[in-house]
Amino acid sequence: MTEIIMSQTPPILHGPSEKERKYDRQLRLWAANGQAALESANILLLNSGPGAVGAETLKNLVLPGIGRFAIYDEAHVGEADLGVNFFLDDSCLGKSRSQSLTELIVELNPDVQGTWYPNEDVKTVEPLLSGSQVFTAIIYTHPIRPDQLELLEAYGREHKTPLVAIHSAGFYSYFQINLPGTFPVVDTHPDATATTDLRLLNPWPELAAFAEDMTKDIDALDNYEHGHLPYVTILLHYLKEWKVEHGKYPASYKEKAAFRELVKSKARPSDPEGVHENFLEGADAVMQTVVPLSLPSGLKEVFEYQHTDPVEQKSGFWIIADAVKKFYEEHQCLPLRGNLPDMKAQSKVYIQLQGIYKTKARKDAAEILQIVQATPGGEHVDPVEVDLFCKNAAFVKLINATGGWGSEITRADRLKSAAAAMCDEPDELDPQIPFAPSLLPIYLALQASTTTTPSTTPPSADPPAALTADDLLLSIAERVPGADAKARVEEAAGEVARAEGAELHNVAALTGGMVAQELIKIVTKQYIPIDNTCVYDGIHSRCQVLRL
Amino acid sequence: MASTTVYPASEPERWTYLNRVRTRPGPLTKPDFSGEGIAAAMESMRILVIGAGGLGCEILKNLALSGFKDIHVIDMDTIDISNLNRQFLFRQEDVGKSKAEVAARFVEKRVKGVKITPHNNRIQDFDEDFYMQFQLVVCGLDSIEARRWINAMLVNMVDAEAEDSFKPLIDGGTEGFKGQARVILPTMTSCIECQLNMHAPRAAVPLCTLASIPRQPEHCIEWAHVIAWDEAKPFPQLDKDDPEHVGWLYQKALTRAQEFGIPGVTYALTQGVIKNIIPAIASTNSVIAAACCNEAVKMASDSAPFLGQGLDNYMMYTGDDAIYTYTFSAERKPDCPVCGQTARALPADPAWTLRELLDSLAALPEAQLRRPSVRAAGKTLYMQSPPSLEEQTRPNLDKTLAELGLDHGQEVGVTDPAFATVLFTFKLEFPKDKRQ
Repeated sequence: MTEIIMSQTPPILHGPSEKERKYDRQLRLWAANGQAALESANILLLNSGPGAVGAETLKNLVLPGIGRFAIYDEAHVGEADLGVNFFLDDSCLGKSRSQSLTELIVELNPDVQGTWYPNEDVKTVEPLLSGSQVFTAIIYTHPIRPDQLELLEAYGREHKTPLVAIHSAGFYSYFQINLPGTFPVVDTHPDATATTDLRLLNPWPELAAFAEDMTKDIDALDNYEHGHLPYVTILLHYLKEWKVEHGKYPASYKEKAAFRELVKSKARPSDPEGVHENFLEGADAVMQTVVPLSLPSGLKEVFEYQHTDPVEQKSGFWIIADAVKKFYEEHQCLPLRGNLPDMKAQSKVYIQLQGIYKTKARKDAAEILQIVQATPGGEHVDPVEVDLFCKNAAFVKLINATGGWGSEITRADRLKSAAAAMCDEPDELDPQIPFAPSLLPIYLALQASTTTTPSTTPPSADPPAALTADDLLLSIAERVPGADAKARVEEAAGEVARAEGAELHNVAALTGGMVAQELIKIVTKQYIPIDNTCVYDGIHSRCQVLRL
Repeated sequence: MASTTVYPASEPERWTYLNRVRTRPGPLTKPDFSGEGIAAAMESMRILVIGAGGLGCEILKNLALSGFKDIHVIDMDTIDISNLNRQFLFRQEDVGKSKAEVAARFVEKRVKGVKITPHNNRIQDFDEDFYMQFQLVVCGLDSIEARRWINAMLVNMVDAEAEDSFKPLIDGGTEGFKGQARVILPTMTSCIECQLNMHAPRAAVPLCTLASIPRQPEHCIEWAHVIAWDEAKPFPQLDKDDPEHVGWLYQKALTRAQEFGIPGVTYALTQGVIKNIIPAIASTNSVIAAACCNEAVKMASDSAPFLGQGLDNYMMYTGDDAIYTYTFSAERKPDCPVCGQTARALPADPAWTLRELLDSLAALPEAQLRRPSVRAAGKTLYMQSPPSLEEQTRPNLDKTLAELGLDHGQEVGVTDPAFATVLFTFKLEFPKDKRQ
């Protein structure tokens, strides 16, 4: 048999292309569609300060093959740059930092194009932004000049471009993502263990009939057949029995534990070939799979979100989301994902059962596609997008659902509530109780260092005087009254004062890694980006995401 | 506070930024902190980097830009095209060359004044004398076995009488969007062997599933790899990097999948399964390597507390669902075979054959010993080598533990050629109703 098939199919080797080989380890994470999205992206970095974190971010975007990047950096390479930035060397001294960085970064990947500013034609930020290049996302590093920041924000508002601010100094850093509006993610890549949805308490007729047929004489089955029943059919069988006896399905933890023991007890220990593992697999799966239908919080947020923005109205995402909502209202369940975990069974039986799940998933998706196509504008929605949504319905996520441009009031409110939570924390921690204090003090201290002028000497002094911890605390207290009295705020201010704006290469590399990762998620619309600020504490070696 | 003196390094201007932080006291430095000799001390420290791959390239760059000047690197691998998406010290034209050598030359050329000594070797090629010359070891490896080996070496080297014998180990690891950085202070903190159960091996698919009831594409691929290849021997030796060999396995797996109606066998999956490929990206490597080197800087300069010094010694990082870190204290295990003092309980049954006991040692997350040799009560029960001894002890494999006279509570000594220096001591633990 094998021989015949072999000779009928000519052995075409579907070997990978050169590019697939180069990107193999990342294609396993975001696949060809993610890679294509990366390759069509164009990222602008507005670099200032020591500038290492910007370079490290770009490195991590150029290696996986971002399409294009541009660096705007007014600095000229000095000796101090060489101690912190890997993409500069002695031959760059005195030259334009943006040119030198571009040359040494673009060299990392021949597939990527890089340009640098200011140059002979474009001397400031304004013409760069009004030129023909359209940027997918813009990164800038602190300290940035207020007039340049204004230009970037105006560009972001106009073109709906995500902006990422980064600040790295001493052992601390933070970065903050400003998305132009609500950012829905469908392809969230949930953990494989979380995606099992077997509908054991709500089997549809085909599934119920299949299980019924396999288990109607369960005790009369020979040992081999009994030991190869897929656990889905085992659980469905004993659930039915349980319901007859108890009048309802097992619901509480205690009931489910009893049901689990019941399943285990049916494993026919008498079989000399060994205990029937399929029953043990089934018993192990009880807690996770014997569950009522529910609406996950992420999708609930999608269903409840008022999308009145005309652009959002017309987007495929919202048309599909509305269709799924209709489907849910009608059937009281989500479209089935349709995957079946591996379980002990004969090949043929397993494939049949897998087919039952897949068929149901396809049917659900087809119904939703029909609703979509009946919606005004829905005729343009790609059926592939509908399929993906149906597969991931339980894991769809809205990022920045209440933020976006022009919501400064809510932003101030969010800072206020984060600050209030921080102020309520005890100064002294009990080492016996695991507690990770808020990293807001670091954010406040870093921010204060860009908005404060030293109190000790006139601003015209050369070199300018360093900010003291007291200067920073004063500034923090203006923003968050009372915060300066907190020990951890004092500590953060002291640490930021010590750094005096200096970047450490490790902190820059770590932060650049995280920023690149987040941009990849945003560009590919895969995995879940942070919402919206990530603070890093290199002294206690941890991060925290805050919504600010 | 911040106006205290900045002490210079040998190139004061170049290290302006670093010196501001490492040579001045901060809010969390110890009261007796002095920045005076720090730059010079870091310059003269000799550091060993193990691995010049995804993490290793980053680690070499980071250490060179952290003021360390005497760095050695060990890696026996050569550069492959699939490295280029993250191992940023390598270019297309370097494919096939030694990773350690190319990485060392690149960083030396880019960062003036740093000396990087490459070793195109396995870590097992070196002995205690070699490892004794370093003050710190930073690991960027993808193999648990290599980590366990260097961990056992460094723990065994500790001599309470000789301060120089104590070598901190900083270890990083990544998988896709996830990773970890940990600091091990041999004999003081939890060691890699103590934490072994956090890296449980993937459960193997039973042979009967592969042979008769495949259900997943992976089952078909494993069948081609384990069974079909051995039967047909299409090439003298399987080379998992040879597209012709992988292509042969792919065709076999595909044909089998078609017979059983199983969808999903692809070339990429075939390669992934047989080589056990773990996804790897530049950004995660950047995060984890930097987290490791940040600990190295804090440790070498005393400019801030480092992991292992206070309560916490382990940072876990997850980047696929937002960003999440969990920094905690991994506990030392008193029955750790490498750094502990007592024998570890080993669940067993008197009705087991010795072979079953040995198989359980491979599968047990806290043992993971694949080629164990066993002694108990002064008798050799089974030896993997030399061949003559193996043959002589082989009959014991089919005897039950009861037949071999092993009882509940019996201590057994296990060695494995992968960890030649370690004697793993276990204490048999029988079910309550089967104890004598």
